[in-house]
Formats: sequence, structure tokens, C-alpha cells
Amino acid sequence: MDWEYVAKILPLYGKAAVLTVRIGVLGILFAILVGLLCSVVRQMKIPVLKQLASVYIELSRNTPLLVQLFFIYYGLPKIGIKTDPETCGVAGLAFLGGSYMAEAFRSGLEAVGKIQHESALSLGLTGLQTFRYVILPQAFAISIPGITANVIFLLKETSVFSAISLMDLMFTAKDQIGLYYKTTECLVLLVVFYLLILLPVSLLGSLLERRVRHAEFGT
Amino acid sequence: MAEPVLTIEHVMKKYESQTVLYDVSLQVHKGEVIVIVGPSGSGKSTLLRCINALEEIQNGEIRLGDQPIRSGAKDLPQIRQKIGMVFQSYELFPHLTVMNNILLAPMKAQHRQKEEVKAEAMTLLTRIGLADKADSYPRQLSGGQKQRVAIVRALCMHPEILLFDEVTAALDPEMVREVLEVILQLADQNKTMLIVTHEMQFARAVADRIILLEEGKIRDDTTPEEFFDHPKTELARRFLQSFEYSRTSKGDNQGLSDRPRIPSAQYS
Repeated sequence: MDWEYVAKILPLYGKAAVLTVRIGVLGILFAILVGLLCSVVRQMKIPVLKQLASVYIELSRNTPLLVQLFFIYYGLPKIGIKTDPETCGVAGLAFLGGSYMAEAFRSGLEAVGKIQHESALSLGLTGLQTFRYVILPQAFAISIPGITANVIFLLKETSVFSAISLMDLMFTAKDQIGLYYKTTECLVLLVVFYLLILLPVSLLGSLLERRVRHAEFGT
Repeated sequence: MAEPVLTIEHVMKKYESQTVLYDVSLQVHKGEVIVIVGPSGSGKSTLLRCINALEEIQNGEIRLGDQPIRSGAKDLPQIRQKIGMVFQSYELFPHLTVMNNILLAPMKAQHRQKEEVKAEAMTLLTRIGLADKADSYPRQLSGGQKQRVAIVRALCMHPEILLFDEVTAALDPEMVREVLEVILQLADQNKTMLIVTHEMQFARAVADRIILLEEGKIRDDTTPEEFFDHPKTELARRFLQSFEYSRTSKGDNQGLSDRPRIPSAQYS
């Protein structure tokens, strides 16, 4: 290992990591929003929207992120929408992640028994109140492991962003290898940086899971 | 006579091909305790579920006072606030503490002040001996305790009528009593109640009227004394016999053949 070289490129990796995290976090937040909307629309069986959500979910789950990114990056300008690579990255991640999050929420929603719903309704709560105060909190607790897995998956997927010239970790590593042929150093650093980002997420996920599920299952 | 609290008129309930309730009519007056008995599958639970529109009815009408109860109607949540329902499987909300289970509907649906409801809830919890469980989660309670909390949760809405759907059927025998005693207390306070149960002694002790439902039809509507001591119909006699064992000990085979098996199912 050439430690002098490592020290030299560390700031570059740092910058790239910040970009990766920024796009990752934004994309995932939107993905959760999209996922929640889709699962609610499907759960409440709202006509038309329900079918649209299903089409979106199948389209999003069954095409690679790289292809989705190309469509957004090269396709949107053709229909007159100007975007920058970063926005494309966020949009791509939200598009892919939305379906995964929707499925995670769905499993949670389905796990809450129908009779819980009836019990809340028979107390005089409206459908919306029932969903918000009774169904969603329980469904969310059940969905947490799935959501955590998706967050990790999506953060890793950001590695294809280099294809639309976003200077994320993967881009920086490939760039450096091309310039100086220090393959070992660049790849080891890449692993270290991904671990630095993802290990805390894993940990946070299990902490959150324990906290949220405490009520129902004890510790 | 004063206007009935609940009026059920010619109610018919049908699932795709099967008719569960045929032309059921019933009036419940203020302070009255009506116990509905009948073999499994006779439509007892379905009738209760129709009353707060958890099931849609295909014909007839159900009214609370003079307000019609229709599934899908805009005012349904308001009407349901006045109908308390207790389920066989308790259905407390597992993510909320006992107190928050009780507070949820009065605060969100009736927009009452937290402190006021909380004080009322504490009084009721104290009365049933569960004041110290206010901050526990449902998973920390026994079945009997959960069911008593579910009753308090329904009471805190100040309903005009309470519906009990086989509330002791899921309980271990030693816990049945603590729940039934709470219901007996409510009867003494002149609460209006409609109770579905398989506990015959309890039915007799709590009821003003006993309704025998069988295959979706009301077959008997009488006082508990009449029903239990002088059953008029063959059906009622057969039904009551199904709760008695004709053998008193192992090896005593006497009389097995001329009495229906337990639980009794077939009536001709």
C-alpha cells in the first residue's frame, strides 16, 4: 500500500462520500414517500390510482437502475425538461426505491389484522383516523426490517451514478485507477468508505426496530 | 312505551349464495339487557356486526333511536360512537398503552379533553381493579384483563348501547368470571346491552330477555325464567339439553343415544 498516495486522495473520497450520502438520503426520503403513497392507494383500493401504482411498481422493480437513470438523464431533456445530474440521481433512486418501499409497507399493512380495523371503526373513528392512529403505527413497526434492508440496498445502488457523470465514490475510484493505476489502494478505500456509510445505517436500523417494536413485542 | 334505543326491522343478510339472517326484527329499550343464544353458525355474531354496519345488510333497516344505520353513510362514525362493541378477541391496540387505548377514540373522535377522559378512565379502571395497569401494554396483560380493558374502552365513549360478541369465548375458564362480573355490574347500572354468549348461567343471571336465534331466524323471544325453566319450543329444549352431559361418570353409558351430542348442531 502506498500510504502517501492514500493520504493524498483521501479528501477526494471524502467529497465523493458526501455526494453519495446526500443523493442517497434525498432519494431514499422520496422513495419512502412514493412507497407510502403507493401502498396506501393499493390498501384503500382507490380505483385507477390503484392500477397506476401497480404498473409503476412492476416497471420500477423489474428494470435496472442504470436503465432508469439513462431514461431520466437522456430522456427528460428530449421532452423539454432540463435537469442536472444530481437531480437525476435523486429522481432515479426515488423511482427505483419507491416500489421496494411500497412492498415493504404492504407487508406491514397486510400483517395488521382486519379486525383491528373493525375495532377502531366501531369506536367511531373515521377511516382516515383508523389508518393514521391504529393501522399505520403497527404496520410501520412491522415494516422496519424491510425498510432498513431497502435503505442499505438503495445506498449501494448509488454506485451506478458514475454512469451519469456524478462524482460519487465509484466514479472517484474508477477515475483514480485510470489516472495512476493504484488499483489496490483505490479499491480498498472504496470498500472502507462504503462500510463507513452503511454500517451505521445497519446499526441504526436494528436500534430503531427494537424501539418501535418494543410496545408490541417487549425487548 | 318510550322510543326503543335500537330498532331492527326485517333485516336480511346474505353472503354471496348463503343467507345468514332472514327477516330479523327486534327492539331494544333503554336499560334492557338482551342475551342472544343459539348454536354456532346461527347468525348471532353477524347480527351484532350488522348493527354497527361492519356488515352490510341486503334488506330491512336498523335504527339507533331514529337515526338509520347504513354502511357507507357519511354519519356512520358519529353513530358508531354511540354503539359500544366488545369483540371476542379483545382487539386492544397493541402499540398503545392501556390508557392510550382508552383515550384514543374519546379524544380523536369526540374531541374531548384529555384530562377529563383520563380521570374517567382511571375511575373505571379502579372499579375493575386495573388502575395499576394504566401504563402497561396489552401484551403484558392476561386475556381477562385485556377484555376488561376493552369494556372500559367502550364505556368511555358513553355509548347508548353496548354489544358483546362472545366476549368470554377466547378466555381460559378461570378468567371468564372476572369478565362476566364486570358485565353483571353494568347490568345493575341499567346499561342497555345486547349480549351474544354461550355461558348459559350467565345469560340467565344477566338477561331481561333471551332471544334464541337459529339458522338466521328468531325462534324464541322470552324471559330467562320461561326460557330456562319452561322452554316452550322443542328447539329451545334441544338447545338447552346440548349443554348438559347425560353421563355422570366414565363408563356410565346411560342415555347417550337419546340426547344430542355436544356441541349440538342438527335440529330438524
